[in-house]
Amino acid sequence: MQTTVKILKRPFTSTVIAILCGLLVAGIILSISGYDPFAAFSALIKGIFSRPKYIFKVIEKSTPIILTGISVAFAFKTGLFNIGAEGQYIMGSIAATVVGIKLNLPPVIQVPVVILSGILAGAIFGAIVGFLKAKFGIHEVITSIMFNWIAFYFCNFIVTSSEFHKPSSARTVSINESGFTMLLYKWKNTKEGINCLKQNKWLSDIVLKTDLNYGIIIAVIMAIVISFLLHRTTLGYTVRAVGLNSHAAEFAGIGVKRNIVAAMTISGAICGLAAALTITGTSPHAIYQLTMFENIGFNGLFVALIARTSPIGCIFSGLFYGGLSYGGNSLQLDLGIPSEIIGTTIGIILFFVALTGVVPMLADRLAKRGNKNAK
Amino acid sequence: MKVKISSDYAVQMRAITKNFGEFCALNEVSIDVKKGTIHALLGENGAGKTTLMNILYGLYQADSGEIYLNGKKVEIKNPNVAIENKIGMVHQHFMLVNNFTVAQNIILGREVTKDFGVLDMKKARTEIDEIIKKYGLKVDQKAKIENISVGMQQRVEILKALYRGADLLIFDEPTAVLTPQEIEDLINIMHKLIEDGKTIIIITHKLKEIKASSEVCSIIRRGKYVDTVNVSEVDESELADKMVGRSVNLVVDKTPAKPGEVVFEIDNITVQNEIHANIDSIKNLSLKVRKGEIVGIAGVDGNGQKELIEAITSLVKVKEGTIKINGKEIQNTKPKNVIKNKVSTIHEDRQKRGLVLDFSVAQNAILEKYNEAPYSRFGILNYDEINKFAKNIIKEYDVRPEKCHRKKIRALSGGNQQKIIIGREIKNEPELLIAVQPTRGLDVGAIEYVHRTLVEQRDKGKAVLLVSLELDEIMSLSDRIAVIYNGTIVGEYDRKEVNENTIGLLMAGGSKKNADNSKNS
Repeated sequence: MQTTVKILKRPFTSTVIAILCGLLVAGIILSISGYDPFAAFSALIKGIFSRPKYIFKVIEKSTPIILTGISVAFAFKTGLFNIGAEGQYIMGSIAATVVGIKLNLPPVIQVPVVILSGILAGAIFGAIVGFLKAKFGIHEVITSIMFNWIAFYFCNFIVTSSEFHKPSSARTVSINESGFTMLLYKWKNTKEGINCLKQNKWLSDIVLKTDLNYGIIIAVIMAIVISFLLHRTTLGYTVRAVGLNSHAAEFAGIGVKRNIVAAMTISGAICGLAAALTITGTSPHAIYQLTMFENIGFNGLFVALIARTSPIGCIFSGLFYGGLSYGGNSLQLDLGIPSEIIGTTIGIILFFVALTGVVPMLADRLAKRGNKNAK
Repeated sequence: MKVKISSDYAVQMRAITKNFGEFCALNEVSIDVKKGTIHALLGENGAGKTTLMNILYGLYQADSGEIYLNGKKVEIKNPNVAIENKIGMVHQHFMLVNNFTVAQNIILGREVTKDFGVLDMKKARTEIDEIIKKYGLKVDQKAKIENISVGMQQRVEILKALYRGADLLIFDEPTAVLTPQEIEDLINIMHKLIEDGKTIIIITHKLKEIKASSEVCSIIRRGKYVDTVNVSEVDESELADKMVGRSVNLVVDKTPAKPGEVVFEIDNITVQNEIHANIDSIKNLSLKVRKGEIVGIAGVDGNGQKELIEAITSLVKVKEGTIKINGKEIQNTKPKNVIKNKVSTIHEDRQKRGLVLDFSVAQNAILEKYNEAPYSRFGILNYDEINKFAKNIIKEYDVRPEKCHRKKIRALSGGNQQKIIIGREIKNEPELLIAVQPTRGLDVGAIEYVHRTLVEQRDKGKAVLLVSLELDEIMSLSDRIAVIYNGTIVGEYDRKEVNENTIGLLMAGGSKKNADNSKNS
């Protein structure tokens, strides 16, 4: 009994229970709408795991939202609600695209330059929000929502400008190839490479048919770096102190304003990184004219919440989210189930994650009842 | 002492047990409150006295036990049942609507209406007036709560209870926020209520007030009933021993001060009010603190104490004047600079200003020196050193539980949290130690400890500046006393040359001449 209670009190357990509950409710909704939930879930799982290509597609799709998730999680840890991740992501992708098109340096320099420009743009966009909060006390949610729209229209401005626009399309031209970060990009497009890969069914499936890139490695490293930053460095110490109790931080001589700006800058920089990695790592290596938000930043909110604001947790919740949305496509293709069910499921899971504060409480009650029975 | 259930008793609570999770707040506690008496409930913080009264008022449900009112068994499921049974409670933190008038607050929830639900304020006011006259609870009914003093607000709370027809009044720590004169008034009001046949239960840990007000006193220690005594038959130290469970030293042990040179000097400072630019919160205030002395600042809350401390610690700007430590000006710099110049502060409201509750004990211990070697190097924290430092404080300052440096500081009791702060500040080796309300919310044992530590620092030759709303604390600790009123120091005395009355009068805004005269009378 005691161990059961202990396990139930772990945050991880609560999250798993929340996910199961979410799937359960989604199943109920499916069967009410006249679909077979078991067929649906097996299609979903097939859509994620049945081919190595799918798995790597999921990883590819998950990379940016893992990073935006880390960005939002980091901001949460410092007491900030970075709903501006979307805008910072857009700015990052604009900067990476523009620099990637305009410059054509050797790959060793081009790749870092393009990625750094994305990081910088995201960082600046985050920093402005932080500055407005620190200096004038304007809540970051309000400014960053407005900044999202500024980024949105700025993106469309860049896409439609004659300088970057790709004729008869809704996007800019692609960045120069020297900025690409796909695994073995050059080689896999040579005859030799294709022949070599074709010999192995798996390898050809993974390397040839996906934009397998280094992004996921960077994302995992970032999760570790941010975790380390938060818990082991003085910077992490001060941003968390300010986030958890700005009064005590101020009274102890920690600069509150400086730390708010620092936190938003870092948060924005991670979004910019996410964007730059998408531009360099996946086709078409360009930005599109937006008719609505792509939601990569907003999905970061979900990822961070499901991960309970743990940067390491974001790797898993990001993959989970990416898997659901990628696998969700096969629901529509195989069974004709509207893929909106995936959105619904994620919403329900979040709802249960928010509710899982209840699980430790229930565990307490369980323990109490156990004691009573023992008596 | 087993008392039979009878209608002679307003309240009889029998074997009340209440658990919060694994924590047992009350363990089979029984009390008997005779009708028409003032019954004190004495215990340290966290002893369970407020919990017991919250059960009586229906805010909590007991896990087991019975409640009898006037000899009849009742089940008090919620405060409405309590009110129906003529029980009223005056909470420690007032439950008033700040921008309503006094009268509006009193009738809230029991509004007098004409047809169609139109408020009949006139009728309500006459009804309230009757109660005011009967018990001498003078307040201006038309004043807004935000514009009247804390003492007045408390009267409104009492009126509220009486307006609802309460026969039994529960006061939760009623004197915590009052000046000595207001406390005296309150005790008079309580006696008037008793004469009228009401019964009063007063929750407190202040022994002096029990002696002044109550007839009977029940003592609770760590959720267990200890004893019930007739107040006239025991003295304060006996009560304290019963409350703490060991013998305590109520009087601060200290030798006469041996003050040295002036270390800290405030010269004629003025601080503008944060909200109203045309008002000054501090006006031409000057103060000196010498090595090896404790200077106490007495005053009613809201007379500039907060601004004074914030000015010293560079949290607010000083408009005019200088603040010097060891001859170096520190006004209008940064909090960090002030700390660096050896001014350490034990802030009021430790949970808000002193601690990051969701940080561990060790992380809190280095809040002011996280970026100093050996606790961090090149921006990387060194937890081995941090933990070592925290363990040192824990050991030196007797923090319980012993192995708590990794625990969130939230989990520690108030007294132990305060010990961490005191340890942290003293480890800065300050030239000036500022203590603002250092014993607020602490129990007798912890208070004794804090006082001893402050005196120890003084004896080591440090300058100590004590700001407290508790006049007793000022009187017993200080070597010199300065009274702050309306943003300025209105009187400064050597401790030996002054009594509580003089200070009390100055605190309430009396002129220095009158106050000095009262000393002789």
